[in-house]
Order: sequence, then C-alpha cells, then structure tokens
Amino acid sequence: MAGIEVSALHKRYPDGTVAVEHVDLSIEDGELFVMLGPSGCGKTTTLRAIAGLERQTAGDIRIGDTLVNDLPPADRDIAMVFQFYALYPHLKTRDNLAFPLRAVGLPEPEVRKRVEEAAELMRLGPLMDRRPRRLSGGEQQRVALARALVRRPRAFLMDEPLTNLDAELRADMRTKIKHLQGQAGTTMVYVTHDQVEAMSLGHRIAILNKGRVEQIGTPLEVYDRPASMFCAEFIGSPPMNLIEVDVADGKLRGKGGLVLTPPSGLPRDRRLVAGVRPEALEVTEPGADGSVPARVVSAEGLGDEIIYVVDHGGERDVRVRMSPTARFAADASVGLRHIGGPPVVYDADTEELVA
Amino acid sequence: MGTVTAQGLCKSFGDVRALDGVSLHVPDGSFFVVLGPSGAGKTTTLRAIAGLEKLDAGSVYLDGRDATADHPAARDLAMVFQNYALYPRHTVYENIASPLRARRWSAGDIASAIKEVSGLLHIERLLQRRPAQLSGGEMQRVALARALVRRPRAFLMDEPLTNLDLKLRVEMRTELTRIHRGLGGTFVYVTNDQVEALSMADYVAVLKEGTVQQVGTPTEVYESPANQWVAGFVGSPRISLLACRAEGDRLVGSDGWTLPRPRWSTAEDGRRLLLGVRAEDLSVERRGDASLSGELYALEPLGDRTLVDVRVGAEIVKVKARPTVTGEPGERLRVTVDLDRAHLFDADTGLALPRTGR
Repeated sequence: MAGIEVSALHKRYPDGTVAVEHVDLSIEDGELFVMLGPSGCGKTTTLRAIAGLERQTAGDIRIGDTLVNDLPPADRDIAMVFQFYALYPHLKTRDNLAFPLRAVGLPEPEVRKRVEEAAELMRLGPLMDRRPRRLSGGEQQRVALARALVRRPRAFLMDEPLTNLDAELRADMRTKIKHLQGQAGTTMVYVTHDQVEAMSLGHRIAILNKGRVEQIGTPLEVYDRPASMFCAEFIGSPPMNLIEVDVADGKLRGKGGLVLTPPSGLPRDRRLVAGVRPEALEVTEPGADGSVPARVVSAEGLGDEIIYVVDHGGERDVRVRMSPTARFAADASVGLRHIGGPPVVYDADTEELVA
Repeated sequence: MGTVTAQGLCKSFGDVRALDGVSLHVPDGSFFVVLGPSGAGKTTTLRAIAGLEKLDAGSVYLDGRDATADHPAARDLAMVFQNYALYPRHTVYENIASPLRARRWSAGDIASAIKEVSGLLHIERLLQRRPAQLSGGEMQRVALARALVRRPRAFLMDEPLTNLDLKLRVEMRTELTRIHRGLGGTFVYVTNDQVEALSMADYVAVLKEGTVQQVGTPTEVYESPANQWVAGFVGSPRISLLACRAEGDRLVGSDGWTLPRPRWSTAEDGRRLLLGVRAEDLSVERRGDASLSGELYALEPLGDRTLVDVRVGAEIVKVKARPTVTGEPGERLRVTVDLDRAHLFDADTGLALPRTGR
C-alpha cells in the first residue's frame, strides 16, 4: 500500500491540445480519493498518467517513495479498472478472475479462495461459468471490478467503473466499494463525472475544471464551502443558487429583495454573488416574517422532498428544498426567505470564493 | 381534446414479448409519464400509440375513437425531440415556422403561433439568429419550440433529457412542467429515470417486462407502491426490504430480529413477508420502541444529508441522517423504524398487503 504524489503535472498532446494544465495532488496511503469534473477536465488523463498509460509532458508522479515517471505500467503495482474493460473473451468469469493471480504464481488454493471471495462480494455467483460474450455490459463491469479486487495491489485506479450499470446496481456497488476500500485500506483513486458518486464515496474530492484543480476537500467541505462558482454549481442536486448581491446597511441584498446575513471579511468595491444551498431557503405563506414576495414556478416532488422553483424577482429563479409535507401549488403567491447562517460569497468577476 | 387510451396492447419481436397486455388511460391535458427500466416496453408503448408499431393485439383510442388502424400522420400526435437537428442556414424563426409551412398555415397564423411559443420558451430575442449563434441550452429550447408550435392532440416524448448533463437536466425538468402548464396539452413522456417521473408527472404508469405494475399519482406510487418491485424501482435511495413473518403481535425477521407488528397489518401468522422501509422512515438519531440492531457498514455523505448503511443480519438498510453524522464501520447501532410508514409485501407474490384503518 502506498500514497500517491502528483506534482506540477502537465500534459500536452502533439497536436497542441492541453489535457492537463497544472495538477498537484497529494493522495494519502489508504485514502479513497475522487477526481470529479465534467468531460474534458483532465481527470482521466491524470489517472492514466498515474497508471503509466500516458506519458506526461512535465511533472512528477510518486507512488509510495518511488518516482515512477520512467516505470512502465506493469512495474507500478497498481490495478486499473476502466469504464470499458476488456475481459479475456475465451475465459469463463472464474478464470478471468484467476488470471492475474495465476500470472504472478500464487498457489492454487489461495487463488480459489480469493476468487470465491470476490465473486460473493460482487454477486457473481450465477455468472462464474460464463464467457464474456454471454454477459451484459453491467455484468462485464462487475467482473472487471472483481478482477481488480482479487489482485490486492498497492493502489486501485478506477475510471468511471460504474457508468454502465443501472441505477440500483450502481448504488449497491458504490456502497460495496466504499466498504471494501475501508476494510482493505488500499489507496484508491476514483474518477467520475457524477457528483453523487463523488460525495458518497470519497474521503476527499478533487474538483477539476479545464485541466486545473479548482478545489480539494472532504465531501462536506466542498458542499458547504465550494471554492469557486464552478464548484458551487457542480456539486449538489439541485445545484447551489447563485444570487447577485449588494452590501447595504450591513446586509447582503439580492435584486429580488432577498436579505442575507453577510459573512465576515467581505471585500469592498467588488461585484458579489452569494451562494445559497436549496435547503437554506424556505417557501412560506405570503407576508411571513423576513420573507420577500415570490411566486412558485414549479413544485417537483421527489418522494422524500419537494424542490420548489421560485421566482422572487431576482435575475433568475431559485430552487428551494422542502419536506414533502409542504404543499404549495404551482403559480401560488408565496414568501421566500433565507434560513440558517451567512452564505458563501463569490467575486462576480473572478468567480472565486471571497468570504 | 387529447385523451389517449391504450387497451390490452400486445407486441412480440421474435420470441421476445415486448408488450403483454398494456392498458393505460391518459386524461386530457395531463402530464403522463411511462416509467420503467430498459426492456420494460415503454418505447414500444409510445410507438404503438403513435402508430409506428404494428400490434399483435390491442387497441389505441384517441379522444374515444378507435385509431388502431389509422396511419401515423392521421393521428395528429407530435413526437417531440425525434427530429432534433435544426436547419443551419435558417433563422430560428424560420426553423420554428417550417412544420407549420409544411401544413400550409397562413403567415398570420404562423406569426401568432411563434409569438406564443417563443414567449413560453423565453426565446423571443433569439428569433432572428441562426443555430450557430446559439448555446447548447438555447438550441434545445428552439428544437422544443419547433415541436410544440403545432397544436396536436398530444405530445409524445421518448427520454428527451437522457443525454443532457445534470445541471441542464434539472433546468429542463422545470421548463417542461412549466411549458406543460402553459400549453395545457396532453404529454405522454417515457423515461427510465424515477426522479423525472416523480417530479414532473400528474400520473405515472410503472412498467416492467411489458406489463403495467401500477398507475397513480407520484405520491401514490411513492407512498403506496402496489408491489415490492415498484417500491424498489421508485425512490432513491432504494427502499430497504427485510424478510420476516408475522407471529402474534410481533414481526420476526429471518435473522432473528423482532419488531412490534404494525397495527395496520393484515397478514396471518406464519406468512412469509417483506418489510419495506424508506430511508427517511428509518433513523439512527431518534430513539423509539421499534428498533433494529445492526452494525455500521458505510457512511455516504450527500451534502444535505448523509446515508448511513447499516448491516442488519444479511441485509443492508439505508438510513437517512443529518449531514454531520459520524461513525466507524463495524460500530454497533440501533435503527429506529417508523412502522406507521412502513410497507409489508407478500414474499411469494410481491404484492403489497392491504392496510386496515389508514
């Protein structure tokens, strides 16, 4: 097991495309570290550079104490699971799982034991004697995941390994990966574009955008204090409301009249944007204390909660998370107010967190 | 008017039975969602309504009239998003006008229809632009406007939001419900995403393997699922299901746990049951009489809440908790169950047990 250090990573392709501008990561031994971002942000290129499948233009990669820049992938002692993973087509699931273990000369009883363990974990029982051709995409994905797990390498690198699975299996696998990683304590670097997956899995999350790291933090840190407006809109569903505000009389005031408690340390003479999570707003009866007049644009029930989209005369509609017992109809006249502590505040021009 | 009724639709492709007696009634002006996993028969149902699929058996009624034998063009239905591409050399206005010109509308009628639909979609200021000058989201709106500008009997939509990123998808959900209210037309909308179904629909029909499992409002489908399968398919995180049986005034789990038997339950002693409880009806923070003992399996923070996965016997139950809840894997804990909000299913048939007194 080992930590992973990525310093000043830069990757430019011969055609001039820059996939990774500048990435520094310090991944601890035993950590489940998630790289999150939209397509084209550089997360997969960074992962492939760690694996040795991509040669960086500049920068260093260390696994444990070893500088691995010049090591071929096979000598880095890592296991990689891709979104699309090639299984050996002529081998049954059972032998696909055993292959990497036999290749390193593990005794056969140990091979069988590890294969059975992985099969049980990934619910592969009925698939063990099939060849890949007779497995669905999701089933192949589970086999690929199991094959990586049996190896017990120094680190796992995962590139969107759950992408092809249906929602139920995906949630189930997510829970299992998290549990297993915790049990085994093996360092894992996990790439995804799915913020729910990132939040629920990661000890820490690096949010990447345009080849750079926008923020690194625990799930609650990136949720509660997104470092930039990009992060604010990328994490959370529905995303954080971004409301342009002015400072007046010691209060933050939005164009729609919404009043927010200002955080300390606000800069002067800047255009400001407040970031307010949907659960930090409340739809009220019209005229309730501290509320501004508003209108319900739509009410979207999700079973255990309702998301209200509300027009309060601001630049754009805001989204409010409420319990399903709240009952306001679409087009109803209502009040809107802020609840909870001061919001995060961004500089409207740099789009970075300022308070 | 725009009522759509499907009665006993059957359709096989080779030896695969895609539709096995699908019956639906879509009331005039409703937003009706057909929800199910891939292979459930949703798209085939939609295509059968549109007249694009020849049925083995069953009938389609439009506004009460049997339209089963009608040509697709004669049904006066619009497939939205089917033709997504815009003409690159034409202005937005011309793009939206094209389906109306094809139907020989007068210039005056075209102008007023475009005025209305562009207002509804907030694209008034884009009308003189060309597609190359539009953002992805704007293009989406224009394509939608072109589909909606006609006033057909009903709009049919097949997973229109699937390929959008999360942020745009959340926005388009709101847009579609708003547009539906503005237009007042009938929407038949196919999706595999239960969030879309719950958040947008007036009524949801849940399909599985070519059969209708349940039709109801989103609240009915979520709070009173007709069977174990619907309970599992609708709602995120997935409902937790625990095998048990009724014994006197207790429910006894197959792993040995016991809970007070819910007052409303109608099961006779000894019958094999599944207790279904949603994450928000379980708690590791509240104390209560009805509780299960388990061990922490994993914590999944989601920002506004954290899911606590607890292993109870051989099952893992998902519990909704405050975002700041803490714990270590392996730690023993108690999970309180709100039995008034729980569900019981017959373990053999999967059907929900009727409730008494609620």
